[in-house]
Amino acid sequence: MIDDAVFLARIQFAFTMAFHIIFPSFTIGLVAWIATLEAIWLSTGRERYYLLARFWTKIFAISFAMGVVSGLVMSYQLGTNWSRYSRIIGNIIGPMIGYEVVWAFFLEATFLGIMLFGWNRVPRALHFAATVTVTLGTTMSAFWILSANSWMQTPTGFEMRDGVAYPLDWIAIIFNPSFPYRFSHMMVASYLTVAFVVAGVGARYQLEGRHPELARTMLRMGLGLAIVLAPAQALIGDMHGLNTLHHQPAKIAGMEAHWENDGPVPLVVLALPNEKAERNDYEIAIPYLGSLILSHSLTGSIPALKDFPPKDRPPVLPIFLSFRIMVGIGFLFIFMAGAGGILWSFRKLDRARLYLLALRWCWPLGFIAIIAGWTTTEVGRQPWVAHDVLRTADAASPIPAMSIAVFIALFVLVYGVVFGAGIRYIRRLIKKGPEAKPADEPEILANRPISAALEEGQSAGNVAIALQRAE
Amino acid sequence: MESYLAVVWGLLLGLAIVMYVILDGFDLGIGILFPTTRIEAERDQMMNTIAPFWDGNETWLVLGGGGLLVAFPLAYSILMPALHVPILVMLLGLVLRGVAFEFRWVAKPNHHWWDRAFFWGSTIASFAQGCVLGGLLQGVTVKNNEFAGGPFDWLTPFSLICGAGVVAGYALLGACWLNFKTVGILQDRGRRCAKGALVFVLFFLAGVSLWTPFEFPRIAERWFTPTNLALLWPVPLATAAAALFAYGSLRRRGELAPFIASIALFLFGFLGLGISIFPYAVPPTVTIYAAAAPPASSIFGLMGVLFVLPLVLVYTAFVYWTFRGKVLPGEGYH
Repeated sequence: MIDDAVFLARIQFAFTMAFHIIFPSFTIGLVAWIATLEAIWLSTGRERYYLLARFWTKIFAISFAMGVVSGLVMSYQLGTNWSRYSRIIGNIIGPMIGYEVVWAFFLEATFLGIMLFGWNRVPRALHFAATVTVTLGTTMSAFWILSANSWMQTPTGFEMRDGVAYPLDWIAIIFNPSFPYRFSHMMVASYLTVAFVVAGVGARYQLEGRHPELARTMLRMGLGLAIVLAPAQALIGDMHGLNTLHHQPAKIAGMEAHWENDGPVPLVVLALPNEKAERNDYEIAIPYLGSLILSHSLTGSIPALKDFPPKDRPPVLPIFLSFRIMVGIGFLFIFMAGAGGILWSFRKLDRARLYLLALRWCWPLGFIAIIAGWTTTEVGRQPWVAHDVLRTADAASPIPAMSIAVFIALFVLVYGVVFGAGIRYIRRLIKKGPEAKPADEPEILANRPISAALEEGQSAGNVAIALQRAE
Repeated sequence: MESYLAVVWGLLLGLAIVMYVILDGFDLGIGILFPTTRIEAERDQMMNTIAPFWDGNETWLVLGGGGLLVAFPLAYSILMPALHVPILVMLLGLVLRGVAFEFRWVAKPNHHWWDRAFFWGSTIASFAQGCVLGGLLQGVTVKNNEFAGGPFDWLTPFSLICGAGVVAGYALLGACWLNFKTVGILQDRGRRCAKGALVFVLFFLAGVSLWTPFEFPRIAERWFTPTNLALLWPVPLATAAAALFAYGSLRRRGELAPFIASIALFLFGFLGLGISIFPYAVPPTVTIYAAAAPPASSIFGLMGVLFVLPLVLVYTAFVYWTFRGKVLPGEGYH
């Protein structure tokens, strides 16, 4: 019974987490881009940057709302479903989540009001400051959450007393060994995802011959960022992998489906890992390449799955596959960015229909890669929830499996509706496109003297109400 | 030293909960009052009065949950599983109403489903919060520092009454907010709703105040031992005074005064609840001192919170000031 409850609690966590991560991955990068657009608009005064900023702010608003409400769920779910986790490592995870809330969450959620609704209420510079503040908030949010997650992967700076973890050195805890790699990998992933969404929307408008000026701007800004970040991400990913090899060798062995520790490591390109027989079926492998990548030498060896007792191994098939999906998309991004760069340098970018068509449909790939990457790292650290400190099976709440099952169904239902609607509305906004509304057009400001506003504002409103009443 | 830390954190959490209840209380209340009109323009206007604020308001709830984990991890690990049903239901309600803010505008003219989601989400979340409160007040079964009861232990007539009480309370705050932020038809309706809600609130407040000492001897003892009574009698009196002032200011067609009076009513009600619960983090077994995190954690947490919280309050006030003044019909921020 309790085993079922742990498994169900994991399903619920994986589902709500995978749903949640989609939105922060998008909004972290998107708000930084909107801040950049505003900065260019303020310094050059060019209308198109303003129009783009307004347009993407609407999309940002929808994504951010979904991110906030699904993030709220996470901070309570740690307790409802993982109460023993909260007790055993709460002394360490708790303050980090506390810092995330007061340093970051408040910052982004409060200034969001000005960013979304203050365009005509506050001076331009102040609006820009609000956007930058939201950018700062989302980045700090990522900082603390990734620090907490990284500590669970590579715990340092603590001691165990009576089965409970006590902090010893907060700097060592926050800047734990895997944190710098995980944080940069995630930030770049978010920026890269946004780069391909923006370039994809630009490609779409270009193909449809709409908003030509805006389309070209989006295409170039998105591609420009991707040309820098796609190769950089491969480099960061490689460093992150080496760090994982050092601290969580079983995870790497699982990702590579590497069973036997017998000399040079081949790179398994495709295979069906068979956990019962402890070998790979239908394996296609390139000799020596694994050694080259993981030890940067031709003959280096790395720990293999059989070096670990079965109860300490992660599930092999899911992380073997998810890792390949992530890396595959990463290489596709490098290719698309490179091809786009070449077309761009030969001034053929805007007329390369086939390329634009492919680019247009790249937008979901960043999200898929992020979910695949998180699956790799989170499934790959099993059976531990905090590496060598606490096993997932010992972390769950003493609540019945039936109750969790019912809530999984409810979450799937509600999130399904919300997600379906959210995606539809975002696509509708993109289809509709930016509205040509100049920045200087006066709108009704509610903090004018009320009598003046009442004359025009309310009479118009009352007419609308009267018309509706008459229906 | 350690007991000081527990008290400071207890007060901080109290502040987070009070801030949450007042701020998200009025915007949940707008959701609860949504069915008082079927006219789209009026609903637009109601939503516009809270649109720039709700995100920040809801963050206090994250601080409540996060703060409990920082300062009292043991209490967090007992209360969350014990109350997981109302808590997860509350979160689902908040998801539905939260996305309705943005979806409703984009969905037009087919936004009726999101109107419903906004109303039901707000109402369910408020009711569930009341159930959490009731479940906490009546106590939780604990063995070996772990929750040892069933998933529906919290479900009693008392917790349901608390749920209804919170819905009425948020409706009161929401109605007073409408009275404060709008003019004309909506303001009049806000004032009428506020009067109605006030009656319900007083009914539930009196109900809970009388029920708890009869049902739970530890609460009776807290209030009615002669020394305590001598000290505590102003609390119910102040609550009654706030209620009277709220009613009077509504009759005088005050704008800000009824809102302030309702907040005062909430504050005194909360003070009463705090007095009933103290010093327990998990009534009736685990005190805040037993549940407190080790100083290494709670001091580190405190440094972060104490340094930033005043700043949070300042910029929250700044955003409210930016969007000050009446919200007029037909005028949106969107």
